[in-house]
Amino acid sequence: MIDLIRKQRYLIDFTLSSLLRRKGKNLGLLLVYTLIVFMLASIMLFTHALRQEAGMVLQSAPEIILQRMVAGRHALVPADYLEKMGSLRGVTDKKGRLWGYFYDPTVKANYTMMVDEARGLTAMEVVIGAGIARAKGIGIGDYISFRAYDGDAFSFQVKEIINPVTELVSSDLVLMSERAYRATFGVPDGYFTDIVLKVRNPREVRKIAEKLSMRLPDTRPILREEILRTYDSIFSWRQGIVFVLLAGAILAFVIFAWDKASGLSAEEKREIGILKAVGWETADVLRMKFWEGAVISLSAFILGYLSAYAHVFYGSATLFEPVLKGWAVLYPEFQLTPFIDGLQVATLFFFTVFPYIVATIIPIWKASITDPDAVMR
Amino acid sequence: MLIELTDIKKAFNQGKPNEFWAIRGVSLRIEQHKVTCLKGSSGSGKTTLLSMIGCLSRPTSGRITLGERRLSGLPERFLTDIRRHTFGFIFQKFNLIQGMSVLENVMLPAYPLGLNYTRLTKDAYRLLDHFNLTSKAENPVEWLSGGEAQRVAICRALINDPEMLIADEPTANLDTRLSEEFMGLIDELRRSGKTVLITSHDPVVFDSPVVDRVIEMCDGLLVER
Amino acid sequence: MLLNPAIMALVLVSAMVTMMLLLASGFAIQVIRHWDINSGSERQLELERRTYLISTLLTWSFVSELISLLLFVYNAESMSGQFVGAMCATGVLNVNEWGWPTLLLKIVIFFCGTSWLALNYLDNQGHDYPLVRWKYTLLLLIVPLAVAEFYTQLQHFLNMDPDVITSCCGALFSADAEGVAAEVSGVEPDTAMLALYGTGAITLLSGVWYARRRRGGVLFTLSGVAAFVVALMAIVSFISLYIYEHPHHHCPFCILKSGHGYAGYLLYIPLFAATAMALGSGVMAPWKNRPSLAAAVARDAPRLAWLAVSLFGLFYLLASWYVMNSSLVMTGVWW
Repeated sequence: MIDLIRKQRYLIDFTLSSLLRRKGKNLGLLLVYTLIVFMLASIMLFTHALRQEAGMVLQSAPEIILQRMVAGRHALVPADYLEKMGSLRGVTDKKGRLWGYFYDPTVKANYTMMVDEARGLTAMEVVIGAGIARAKGIGIGDYISFRAYDGDAFSFQVKEIINPVTELVSSDLVLMSERAYRATFGVPDGYFTDIVLKVRNPREVRKIAEKLSMRLPDTRPILREEILRTYDSIFSWRQGIVFVLLAGAILAFVIFAWDKASGLSAEEKREIGILKAVGWETADVLRMKFWEGAVISLSAFILGYLSAYAHVFYGSATLFEPVLKGWAVLYPEFQLTPFIDGLQVATLFFFTVFPYIVATIIPIWKASITDPDAVMR
Repeated sequence: MLIELTDIKKAFNQGKPNEFWAIRGVSLRIEQHKVTCLKGSSGSGKTTLLSMIGCLSRPTSGRITLGERRLSGLPERFLTDIRRHTFGFIFQKFNLIQGMSVLENVMLPAYPLGLNYTRLTKDAYRLLDHFNLTSKAENPVEWLSGGEAQRVAICRALINDPEMLIADEPTANLDTRLSEEFMGLIDELRRSGKTVLITSHDPVVFDSPVVDRVIEMCDGLLVER
Repeated sequence: MLLNPAIMALVLVSAMVTMMLLLASGFAIQVIRHWDINSGSERQLELERRTYLISTLLTWSFVSELISLLLFVYNAESMSGQFVGAMCATGVLNVNEWGWPTLLLKIVIFFCGTSWLALNYLDNQGHDYPLVRWKYTLLLLIVPLAVAEFYTQLQHFLNMDPDVITSCCGALFSADAEGVAAEVSGVEPDTAMLALYGTGAITLLSGVWYARRRRGGVLFTLSGVAAFVVALMAIVSFISLYIYEHPHHHCPFCILKSGHGYAGYLLYIPLFAATAMALGSGVMAPWKNRPSLAAAVARDAPRLAWLAVSLFGLFYLLASWYVMNSSLVMTGVWW
């Protein structure tokens, strides 16, 4: 057993010195390999962090959102629907919400306007997202004006800017009082955009949704778990799409690795011949070559993964933002919460190291079966 | 151990139009503690024969025995195992690995055995010391002169303490003085109890008093004297 | 569903493994047909070299299978959010009828692979490679398993319909439901415990007996396999309950989660490794009378048996520890 470990140490020792003797060739391979790992890892870390972020935001969202549908379109909900739905066991809270979108031509961006009674805003005050503050160059105490539905312009004083921790979703948010909202959008009293319900026990959510659609047949309940599910699959879907697009790159890398492994220089062939002649067995050469692959793979994997980590969590994923986050003028500036999980690392391993190994098996074997007496010919 | 060859044949490119029988039926006994020289022009099959005796390759037919053990028919895995404990090799072009130090080159054949590192280095230094190479131990092999490279190759052949030394055209890259020096070293090895088998077409070798027996080969057969 | 990266990786791996195995079996057929150890012909030399390639391909295939088994369970776990009713891997495996067969095939391939590698290792110790035809014929039997696994796994992923309401561990592993899983969960805990410690005792004793006396290797292996199956049943039947500290939660997957201190790994790793080694010593043991293998069998098979015995022992100790240190008390209910 000790012999076996010592033997591996000798093989690794030889491998390292042999890698160092061919710096140029191996550096090229390492570079390409690292780049592949870097690209894939960046995408994974990024989408995964986004998904986590979205999940975190949705944590505090209501379990059920009830929308009224008129002719298949989302319409305002009369306030009496709150009474019409009657009492539902398991629902701890229900209330109407007012929200909408506002297009600001001066910065060519859409804001999300929401009524937030909990903040106790007066009719003249608003709270805005950091993205808006940046785009318009305003701060707390400054005024922001919106053009109302009837052409009037209303000015509001910025009372607060939403803290940037949740910037991904709050960047374009405007919070205002109910009065201000109704005046701006002309939504009549007694109507809401939708209704939200809080349910304590997640197991009851489906049952309640079922009852809701029976009692209020013209409404559509949207469940938080559905949204989470959709997010989940959309994020992994997006990740998947990018992976498919990168499949070409991976394939190119595999061919490159195959080529590197099979295109042994005369010098390397001679070396393997010498090893075989002085008493190395085919299996020893195979093992030595696999240690070589392992050293290269491990370095590339660690280097690529670490630089992807830095790229995503410290460099805000500068290279991929536009593709994965979607376009928006009020581009959120944010630091993602670092998050690594085993599944992702294993998947990444299978997309990079595994193809590399498979691609090199046959070339390595071919090299290792060099005749021991080849050096004598 | 006594090596005995019975009707050894070796073919290359078997079954193809360019089929070629390099050895066409050789029977031979190689005695212990002697220096035997295989003599013959290039293409006479002496290197092929040497590589079969040294377990580097397998005969197409015929039987090789090493003491009590039958070597022919053993798969490479086992041949290698016998080879690294029984034979040490010195090649025509020394075949040292460039870029590695003298010490590492000497220790190379022992790597797959997984020996204790301290003991292995000690053994290597003892050999290097014996051949006056201690001062060069850490140098890369490219810095060595022809004679030094030859001595390093001998050290490497001896690192696993084999019973038998096999040298293929060892003097081909050496001048006469160095060749004679080499034969001196061979003499010393014979005295220490090693069996030596050399191929050569260099008179310095086969006419040397060190050599106990000369076997001549031609076209894959032994030339009977 | 196919565009999920983990799924793509799994499909990729099983495709590659199948490909490598097919390649290896192509060579294996040549070896079976033309092998003649006594010949020094070039074809024989070529075949001998091929054996190195086959071994390498297979080693990598089986290692990848092992990692893909882990990845498969992980992935099922992480996808549980995407299916209505799924709370853990069980729910995702239940999404369609292909989930469980895939998992089962992966486990079977893992054990076939380790046994094959043990046989291969043994054969390589014999200077005349006495088992060459045997082992390559066995290899040809493993290949269809890999192909089947590729197919079932692909079907499993292709037929994942997010609208299907699946049933998770709560429903599947409950004594009142129907099916194998329910049967297992419904096994009386005292019966399960008796079976667990019974097979455990037989396995440990026969293992020690074999390792010391070199006899009864096959008995040891068979009892090892039985112990493995019983252990899985016992985990579902009562060990998991003690880990969850919940009298009705019979799930074999949730114990892998961080919430339960990764207890699952501590149980499954020794259990799987022990079973693999018991199988390994079992495939070696019958060859002790082959002259060229006798020495290797006498040296390696007991060694594997010792390892298997210690790992089984570790598993039983850990399982007992979890049961004893749980704050779930079933005295009076079960015993």
